[in-house]
Amino acid sequence: MAEILREHVLPKDRFVQPGPNALIRCVGLEKWYGGVHALVSVDFHAESGEIVGLVGDNGAGKSTLIKVLSGAHPPDAGKIYIDGDEVQLRTPKEAMARGIETIYQYTAMVPAMSIARNMFIGREPLSRFKIGPFGLMDRRTMVDHATRSLSNIDLTERSPDTPVEELSGGQRQSVAIARAMYFKSKLLILDEPTNHLSVKETNKVLDYVLSLKEQGIGSIFISHNMHHIFPIADRIVAMARGEKIADIMKSDTSIDELTELIV
Amino acid sequence: MQRILKTLLSRPEITAIIMLGLVIIGFTLYAPQFATYANSRVMLFALPELGIIVLGVGILMIAGEFDLSVGSVFALVPMVIVVAVGRWGFDPYSAMALGFLAALAVGYVNGWITLTFNIPSFVTTLGMLFMARSLATVLSGGFPPPFPSELPIAVFVADLGLFRSSMLWFVGFALILGITLHYSNLGNWIFATGGQQQAAADMGIDTRRVKMACFMLCSFLAGFAGMITTFRLRSALPSLGEGLELQAIAAAVIGGTALTGGIGSLIGFIVGTGLIRVIDNGLVMARVDANWFRFAIGALTIVAVILNIWVRNRARRMH
Repeated sequence: MAEILREHVLPKDRFVQPGPNALIRCVGLEKWYGGVHALVSVDFHAESGEIVGLVGDNGAGKSTLIKVLSGAHPPDAGKIYIDGDEVQLRTPKEAMARGIETIYQYTAMVPAMSIARNMFIGREPLSRFKIGPFGLMDRRTMVDHATRSLSNIDLTERSPDTPVEELSGGQRQSVAIARAMYFKSKLLILDEPTNHLSVKETNKVLDYVLSLKEQGIGSIFISHNMHHIFPIADRIVAMARGEKIADIMKSDTSIDELTELIV
Repeated sequence: MQRILKTLLSRPEITAIIMLGLVIIGFTLYAPQFATYANSRVMLFALPELGIIVLGVGILMIAGEFDLSVGSVFALVPMVIVVAVGRWGFDPYSAMALGFLAALAVGYVNGWITLTFNIPSFVTTLGMLFMARSLATVLSGGFPPPFPSELPIAVFVADLGLFRSSMLWFVGFALILGITLHYSNLGNWIFATGGQQQAAADMGIDTRRVKMACFMLCSFLAGFAGMITTFRLRSALPSLGEGLELQAIAAAVIGGTALTGGIGSLIGFIVGTGLIRVIDNGLVMARVDANWFRFAIGALTIVAVILNIWVRNRARRMH
């Protein structure tokens, strides 16, 4: 099996190499889960304003790579550089502080909580009544920004006090993207953001990612659906068995070629 | 109008408030002695002791965990205080500090075991229910120790007319915890942790620490309430508060707190406590056999949950 896959691996010297100003660059990432070698010396990078499509079958290591980049699971070995500086991403908080926002398939929203509260989970703006890291929330700021974000994503008919559970899957995903945009991320990781979405909602998410590119925000877009990734990606990274097996500009490949590679 | 109604119905405590209103009206009509000054005093005297426990139990439930050991901690903490003064020669305030330390330790152990071994808090705190009760009995030496007269009883249970000073402590705790729960960032983390733990963790909240804090708060408040009851009775009984954990959970649930976490309100805790106290007292006033009390609380718990879910779904469908 491994041999068959290896036949498809592009020669490593044909992998796209990071530019001198790469937004994020990882070298030799390793991750073990018990006896499973989930990441095998993976090099990865993303440029500012670049949309990287990350593809691969289930268990290929996509999710592990994403967990490393979002700070959820620190790597066992390897180095991560952001804007040229070596960084440690030990917790989601550290990754977010470095400008890496992750949008999860399940949207990382608390259903019973309002849109305004969800937008600021863990990063609540505080009023002047505070002691150390704790304090009263600045509700006006939260509601104002939530209202503005809702109008950015054409959800003006919803009050920021609406519980997230009343939103459709696509609307929730929009709010998650609005949240990431509000916190001025440099790099957006979208983990299967189009799962369970209607065609219309999917197109909307794809449009957002394109509009972020215009603002210079890079994206890593994970999907099992090549037809969602291919139209918007600048570059495609394919993984199998924990290894990077392809890193190629979209213009140099095709959907059929990639599908054949990863399936 | 529609919007106001929807906001109102979305409140977790709404059904409990309506039920409390109905129960008070009912008892007032059927039991002439119910709505009197003397009887209000009786009800308000007993309210803070259950209410303080419910604050802790309810907040822990919002964080997505459960504490069955509060009834035992309710007995253990005053036992520590009384024994420390009476037998170990502590001064009253050091003894109280020692008692609260014991409460915090129980909460810490509850949380540490639950979160480290990833087992249901139902199991951990069920075990702790037995262990803490046993400790209280062992400490007592098998019979209630003499109650030391130097303990500062007046600060906690002085008769202030319509209520005891314990009410002021209850109101104080309720205000601080209510503001924390509903208006502070820490409160937001508690709701997020119980509402969708993965989301809370992915957004950078240390959910383990949030839950630990709630476990410790819950035990502390249970111990504090037990101390008040003991000071009122002037006797530390190893059997104090047996079955109280279920009453506290019932009060929180009746007040609209979801067993699954993430939903609840401070007003709900208070109204839920009020309902239990009013029914307890009202049944006596209406000359109903007092043994029906548990039946009423049981039925009320079930009805409250059904109504809460129904109202919630109705509110969600409104625009």
